[in-house]
Amino acid sequence: MPQDAISFKNGAIGYEGQSVISDLNLTLAEGSSLALVGGNGSGKSTFLKTIAGLLPIISGDVRVLEDKPGKQTLRIAYHGQFHPHSFLLPLRSIDVVRMARFPHRGLLGRFTTEDEMIVRESLEIMGAWDFASEPINSLSGGQRQRVFLAHTLARKADLLLLDEPTAGLDVPGISLYEQLICKFKKEGKTILVATHSIKEASQCDKVLLLASRVIAFGTPSQVLTRETLLETFGLVAQLNEENLLFVDPHHHG
Amino acid sequence: MLNALAAGTLVAIACGIVGTFMVLKGLAFLGDALSHGVLPGVAVAILWGIPGIVGAAVGSLLMIAGIGVVTKKTKLSADTAIGLLFVGMLALGVVIVSRSQSFSGDLVKVLFGQFLGISTIDLVIQGAATILLALMAFVFQRPFLLLCFSEEQTQVSGYSAKFYHFLLLLMIAVSVIVAFQTVGTLLVFGMLIAPAASSSFISRRLGSMMVLASGFGFIAVYAGLLLSYHFNLSAGASVVLVAVGIFFVIFLFSQKLKPRRIHATRCN
Repeated sequence: MPQDAISFKNGAIGYEGQSVISDLNLTLAEGSSLALVGGNGSGKSTFLKTIAGLLPIISGDVRVLEDKPGKQTLRIAYHGQFHPHSFLLPLRSIDVVRMARFPHRGLLGRFTTEDEMIVRESLEIMGAWDFASEPINSLSGGQRQRVFLAHTLARKADLLLLDEPTAGLDVPGISLYEQLICKFKKEGKTILVATHSIKEASQCDKVLLLASRVIAFGTPSQVLTRETLLETFGLVAQLNEENLLFVDPHHHG
Repeated sequence: MLNALAAGTLVAIACGIVGTFMVLKGLAFLGDALSHGVLPGVAVAILWGIPGIVGAAVGSLLMIAGIGVVTKKTKLSADTAIGLLFVGMLALGVVIVSRSQSFSGDLVKVLFGQFLGISTIDLVIQGAATILLALMAFVFQRPFLLLCFSEEQTQVSGYSAKFYHFLLLLMIAVSVIVAFQTVGTLLVFGMLIAPAASSSFISRRLGSMMVLASGFGFIAVYAGLLLSYHFNLSAGASVVLVAVGIFFVIFLFSQKLKPRRIHATRCN
């Protein structure tokens, strides 16, 4: 019986004491994947930030890797939507990825050969090794996103919190990302991903539909129905059936 | 003159280290405000006959606290809060100074420094502060780098973003306090930003960026002092002018060397 990677009991989450989502009751087993689906401002980022320990819990009991949120720093990687300032750094891409190893080495601990290998491997997996010595502020948006994904990868975490990780990626980049997610799943990592892609959500073990409240939580086939998506987005009925981003699981049997 | 060169070198090193973090973190405006915020502190210190450095320390601490409170308690952007405190402190300084008739000579010294009037005790204090700053930068380089990259990543890595942000402000305050006696409160900002911004065009790594920034700062001090001696110019202003000159020369060269460089657009 795998342990719970995250559990919410009567959880209320939000910003500055104001709750965005309340009455959260759910658990996710270690090694499984959860897609967070919802429109802008629906609470996806708030959910991920709370688990990462970036936002205090408003009320209720939230456990992350059997601990309080934000305590298991070495086991959690958080891939946020980036602060614009990160883009202006004149530092090399490889140094940005090396920062992912800082928590493992402390303030003054020397980098090991293993650290350097992890950094290189992460950049290679994301197809970013070619521009590893380029300053991050001279890269294109998609290239930066690859570097940031390499950073997230290099943390070698057990729990991955990904907030719209494919934003800005080109087609080859998305393909690399999909391979990366497969690799994580095979390695038994727990993945939480906020996504606008119903296709990606349908490939996760569980889906949480959000619209400033929980619309539905369950397996993709239970949750990704026309009715719930309509409740979540309000506009789904008008979407083209052939739109790749919106694959209706009912039509897949 | 030897004291001036030694003091200038210490200022170049202190500002090279701290300025690099300021440029990377995008704290230029805050540094500017902080350097002006020391004015009322220094003015009160002179009025009461205590050392200016003590007044500068109190002034900058008040400024840091003020920025912290205003940005935390209101929904205003940090820019607005800092800008308000900045002009407020500057105005307060001038008001205090204008109360005293015999003050005008001292005011010029405070605003533009007294490069040629540095005593040995000043030098010792500046040396100690510079060593302290270098040590802090070395020990905390990892959380500071993370902070420059992303506050969220700092926090997720187990370092308190708030604490290290405060520590960085404190380091800026210390370097302002160290530097204001030589180049003055109006011009210290130039020593903090110009050499570090120059080196950020050339270097891609934190350590070399700091060394290079200190080097540029030293060249500015040396050349500025020579210019001021030979042409009878204000020492502090000459030094800062050379530092800013170096920035523009390197900026133009870096544009020529990298014509395909893509510049990030700032979007909020």
